[in-house]
Amino acid sequence: MTAGPAAPVLRVEHLTMRFGGLVAVDDLSFAAARGGITALIGPNGAGKTTVFNCITGFYKPTEGRIALAHGDGAIWDEVDTLTDRGTRSLHRGGEALFLLERMPDYLVTQQARVARTFQNIRLFTGMTVFENMLVAQHNTLMVSSGYTLIGVLAPHIYGRAEKAAVEKARYWLEQTDLLERADDPAGDLPYGAQRRLEIARAMCTDPVLLCLDEPAAGLNPRESHQLNELLLSIRREHTTSILLIEHDMSVVMQISDHVVVLDYGVKISDGTPEAVRNDQKVVAAYLGVEDEEVAKVEAEVGL
Amino acid sequence: MAVAAPDTALPHTAARANLAHALKDAAITALISFALLLPLIGFKTVQNMRNELELETRIPLLLAIVAIITAARLFGSLVIEPWRERRALRPHAEDARLTALKTTFANWFTPFAMGFVLVYPLIIMVFFPQGALKWIDNFGIQILIYIMLGWGLNIVVGLAGLLDLGYVAFYAVGSYAYALLAKEFGLSFWILLPLAGILSAFWGVLLGFPVLRLRGDYLAIVTLAFGEIIRLILINWVSFTGGYAGVSGIPRPTLFGIPFNATEQGFAATFGLEFNPIHRTLFLYYVILALGLVTAYVTIRLRQLPVGRAWEALREDEIACRSLGINTTNTKLTAFAMGAMFAGFAGSFFAARQGFISPESFTFLESATILSIVVLGGMGSMIGVAVAAVVMIGGTEIMRELDFLKYIFGNDFDPTQYRMLIFGFAMVLIMIWKPRGLVGTREPSAFYKERRTILGSHVKEGHG
Ligand SMILES: Nc1ncnc2c1ncn2[C@@H]1O[C@H](COP(=O)(O)OP(=O)(O)OP(=O)(O)O)[C@@H](O)[C@H]1O
Ligand SMILES: [Mg+2]
Repeated sequence: MTAGPAAPVLRVEHLTMRFGGLVAVDDLSFAAARGGITALIGPNGAGKTTVFNCITGFYKPTEGRIALAHGDGAIWDEVDTLTDRGTRSLHRGGEALFLLERMPDYLVTQQARVARTFQNIRLFTGMTVFENMLVAQHNTLMVSSGYTLIGVLAPHIYGRAEKAAVEKARYWLEQTDLLERADDPAGDLPYGAQRRLEIARAMCTDPVLLCLDEPAAGLNPRESHQLNELLLSIRREHTTSILLIEHDMSVVMQISDHVVVLDYGVKISDGTPEAVRNDQKVVAAYLGVEDEEVAKVEAEVGL
Repeated sequence: MAVAAPDTALPHTAARANLAHALKDAAITALISFALLLPLIGFKTVQNMRNELELETRIPLLLAIVAIITAARLFGSLVIEPWRERRALRPHAEDARLTALKTTFANWFTPFAMGFVLVYPLIIMVFFPQGALKWIDNFGIQILIYIMLGWGLNIVVGLAGLLDLGYVAFYAVGSYAYALLAKEFGLSFWILLPLAGILSAFWGVLLGFPVLRLRGDYLAIVTLAFGEIIRLILINWVSFTGGYAGVSGIPRPTLFGIPFNATEQGFAATFGLEFNPIHRTLFLYYVILALGLVTAYVTIRLRQLPVGRAWEALREDEIACRSLGINTTNTKLTAFAMGAMFAGFAGSFFAARQGFISPESFTFLESATILSIVVLGGMGSMIGVAVAAVVMIGGTEIMRELDFLKYIFGNDFDPTQYRMLIFGFAMVLIMIWKPRGLVGTREPSAFYKERRTILGSHVKEGHG
């Protein structure tokens, strides 16, 4: 396994997910580059969200390996050792390697530092925007509240520790242009702002990999543009890599470094946006062609 | 004509259409209630002298009740509905003043209530010296126990959104823990109080482990079963718990070793007072008040800490919690354990106050009462829960006092028998008028610039 600047942050290998007789993801392999934006696209029902659910531990994949590395990637040469050893993770120096399919969902976020958003937004609607941001920092705050004991008995000590959390919440609310609404219930925000809040909340967990499930869905062109800017600034200013499911081609083509195309659970294309855009299979599957044309296109591409 | 004076013609026809609609509606109501009540009220079976069943009809009574229902319906659709519509249409001119008034009320309510609760026994002793024992014990202490239980269950149901129908089990564990340990080992109230709390919390965790993977209705049913299991164990494990006979002669709490009795070492003798049973009642009152305040303080603190916020987040969206790295199982367990612990405190206090406990005190009705206090109060609101406890438990006790009703309904009328009926009715009314409970809004646990109350419509109720 190669190390170096091109080493990926996430490597999905032979991932298969079956629901009864339905094969939602079929022997999928791809890698997400460190510090890059990788897009996962495909028509409705292609299995994109299922891939996300496998990566984030919400589903246990039927088969396959999902490995994630912290650090510059030199640790990738240990991935087979870790697989054979049967444990969840391996640490070496400042680096670590995780096998996500072996971890329960909350540990994927807590230890492997993978954060996600949902296709149908999941905010704590009855809590304020600010509270949403604090809940996201639960694990850090739990430690500084001495697992509640210090928090109850010596509130002032905890109060000092909470300042850092407030500062982080403020930073991300500023980045997502939500600081004005910090004290409003999250359920009161307009749709586009709710999408941004979900991203801000996910960023509060300090992720190594941020998985966004259709972040531009339901946004108007201006909001969509703002989203692009936000994602680019995350890539520029933080070490977070991004994995993105998106239907909105203006988002995908403008910001992603690398695109993976799924159709009926099978990977049909993988490459730069430019290459994928010109791939006949993608044109046939993704953009949708008339039934009679499918046969023609398939014959053309040799299926 | 219609063209010339549309303004006058229109409301006229509208009113007529309204009347027709109301009459039709009332007629349907009359039919439905007649059909429903005919078998329920219209017929009655009685046994005659020869022990045979005879069918008796009560048509006049039936017609009278149907008439009352129909009239009420007509009144509702002709008078109340238009009034509500007009009120909804009216511009909200006085709203600002009303809001200001409400804010003032909300700001002053808690300190006022606190002050009142502190001096309540003294007021009673000055103004009602002869009935003081009853008023402090039945009203003061009784209500405070339920406030504490309500606050405990509020953590589980109101904050974490886990529907627990067997809460009384933890109350029972606390009671029996105090009763049995105090009798067996002669340990004092102040040692056993935390011990009973810890034991109850332990049971909470024990129950929680297998149960918390269930959600919603399933969780409710299993907790209900757990409550019954504990009660049945208390009944059937006679050698340990005394079965139906319960545990009697439970040592009463002392003031740091000074008992409340008429002996030389007693409280009255020590402080040179004349012996009076009210001393113990006063002591108990302030003990449960202190316990209640500790519960309130801890709960308020916990809400501002990550655990408490995680409880509420869990109620809002469990999947989102997991996606943020929160261990939801542990979070649910802590909620269960905290709720159980406060029930354990209340239970051991209950045993110490009664001096006698039996499984009778820990039936499902008890769980249901505590749960209705939480729901009526507004899930998650501590003030609401306290007010609801005063209304529900105080209401029950007041009902016992309403002797004058005997003059109206005859001598064999027992108002306590109608307690549940009146409760049910009050509950339905409150749920119509304030479906989210007395306090339907949520106070945020933290704020960035200014604290703004959150409308209940955004807040979720949780689903296990
Ligand atoms: N929990 C589940 N149980 C059974 N079938 C499932 C489950 N989750 C997803 N599927 C099926 O797997 C297939 C892929 O679904 P998935 O949600 O991953 O598609 P998607 O690519 O995200 O589509 P969209 O663009 O509409 O979001 C669908 O046929 C879906 O019905
Ligand atoms: Mg999807």
